[in-house]
Amino acid sequence: MQAVTIKDLRKVYANGTVAVDNVSLSINQGDFFALLGPNGAGKSTTIGILTSLVTKTAGQVSIFGYDIDTQLNQAKQCIGLVPQEFNCSIFEKVIDILLYQAGYYGISHKLAMQQAEYYLKKLNLWDQRNRASMLLSGGMKRRLMIARALVHLVHEPKLLILDEPTAGLDIELRGIIWSFLEELNRQGTTIILTTHYLEEAENHCKNVAIINNGKIAEDTSMHALLDRLKAETFICDLHATMTQLPQNSPFNLRYISEQQIEADLPHDKSLNDLFEYFKSEMIEVRRMKNKANRLETLFLNLIDRNNTVGNTSDAK
Amino acid sequence: MLNKIYWVAFTTLLYKEINRFLRIWVQTLLPSLVTMLLYFLIFGQVVGKNISAIKGLNYISYISPGLIMMAIITNSFSNVSSSLYSARFQKSIEELIIAPIPNILLLSGFVLGGVIRGLIIGTLVTLLALCFTYFPMTHLWILFAIVPSTAILFALAGFTNALFAKSFDDISAIPTFVLTPLTYLGGVFYSIDALPLFWQKVSMLNPFLYIVNAFRYALLGISDVSITHALSIVWLCCAILIGLNLYLLSKGKGLRS
Repeated sequence: MQAVTIKDLRKVYANGTVAVDNVSLSINQGDFFALLGPNGAGKSTTIGILTSLVTKTAGQVSIFGYDIDTQLNQAKQCIGLVPQEFNCSIFEKVIDILLYQAGYYGISHKLAMQQAEYYLKKLNLWDQRNRASMLLSGGMKRRLMIARALVHLVHEPKLLILDEPTAGLDIELRGIIWSFLEELNRQGTTIILTTHYLEEAENHCKNVAIINNGKIAEDTSMHALLDRLKAETFICDLHATMTQLPQNSPFNLRYISEQQIEADLPHDKSLNDLFEYFKSEMIEVRRMKNKANRLETLFLNLIDRNNTVGNTSDAK
Repeated sequence: MLNKIYWVAFTTLLYKEINRFLRIWVQTLLPSLVTMLLYFLIFGQVVGKNISAIKGLNYISYISPGLIMMAIITNSFSNVSSSLYSARFQKSIEELIIAPIPNILLLSGFVLGGVIRGLIIGTLVTLLALCFTYFPMTHLWILFAIVPSTAILFALAGFTNALFAKSFDDISAIPTFVLTPLTYLGGVFYSIDALPLFWQKVSMLNPFLYIVNAFRYALLGISDVSITHALSIVWLCCAILIGLNLYLLSKGKGLRS
């Protein structure tokens, strides 16, 4: 079953800005889906349309088969949203925010209390339940929004949409949130997210769409996308100083400094091949790391290619 | 099943609205009581003793219905306009927009919250007024018709105001520059019989005149206007504002981009 089906979606704002331009997407139930793109690409507008915060200009959207034009309330029942900015009432207590949210979805007080307790404990916020939301730290506020997005999702299927869920959080908290999201996904919740941390998207998401200038530049599985990399570049710290690089290396070795070199690992070769080569050339490597995040490299290439095509079309 | 879901959603919104103004009662309930106490003391006890009877009633008795109604109007209006606008300002309104709540229930939840605050204030100010004067309450059915209707009308107006408002200034401007002047000119402190004919006719265009007089008729049995006209105008305005607000909600005015 499709969790989300978007067909020919278009959004033109009152000032004439085309935010989303004939976007079509299909997201499977149970997917962990990344919607990536530069700032102003149309990610938040697309999410806004899915959650009815933004009215679409044209196109069709359905959530678990419910058309948002004709069965909006059924569609809404399945969706939880974690927006980019903190949007809880700052004067309300944490527990009240969750209870009200559950109530808006028709959840009885007793069940709402159980759900709220479960998610607040799960996200380490239970001790904060009687504090006004404005007194929470940035990380707590983000976790509160995640709890709020989940508190009303008591029936299958469930779709959780997160707009920049880990923006501005420290590494530890990002780790906690990603673990929690992975657990939810394993339990069957479909997750759609936008993020600027491409490494996180690469590590956690199964499928990915890249949106640029309101159009879909890429829509594929993470695995297939990463497979398109012709080569990955590694930075290698050497055990000893190296004065001359081997000639005609299949790994295109380059100096960074006397004790540090770069090596390109072609798509058809493995790390073992690289290690064998180093061994054969008596090059002792102490440690090595990716020069750049793989998805980041692809992302920049795709955006760059998309912009070039766009500019060429404009010129025509 | 669906009705139960909607009922829970509606009661949750209403509970939140009531809880909001009760939690900050020093800001929401107390100021009106203090203001009205000053009105009763100054206009009723100090100035009022030097003013001759109007239509056979002493001055404090005459002005009390208008003062009570003024408190109901401003509180019903302000509750909805400030609650909805601050939810828009904080973006917490998005909680309600993404929830499966029909527009009519969204409107009803906010409006009923404002109506309840208006009625609580109306009751408290009436009890305060009874410390200074006495109301025979001659037409109870009119009382039960005009008071909730007026509270609904101005709560609806507060909702419209909050949808159009672009800043907190827009929220405070209407009570200051529209509600209070029109109430003052709506015969709270005088009978329009005391005005020249031209100004009497101008006053007849002021809807507040009908509201104040209908309430005065309910409490004291005197009025400058027809009670049927008064109730008809209030109910017609309510119907217009319900339609307007539902239209604005369906278009997402002030709520969706």
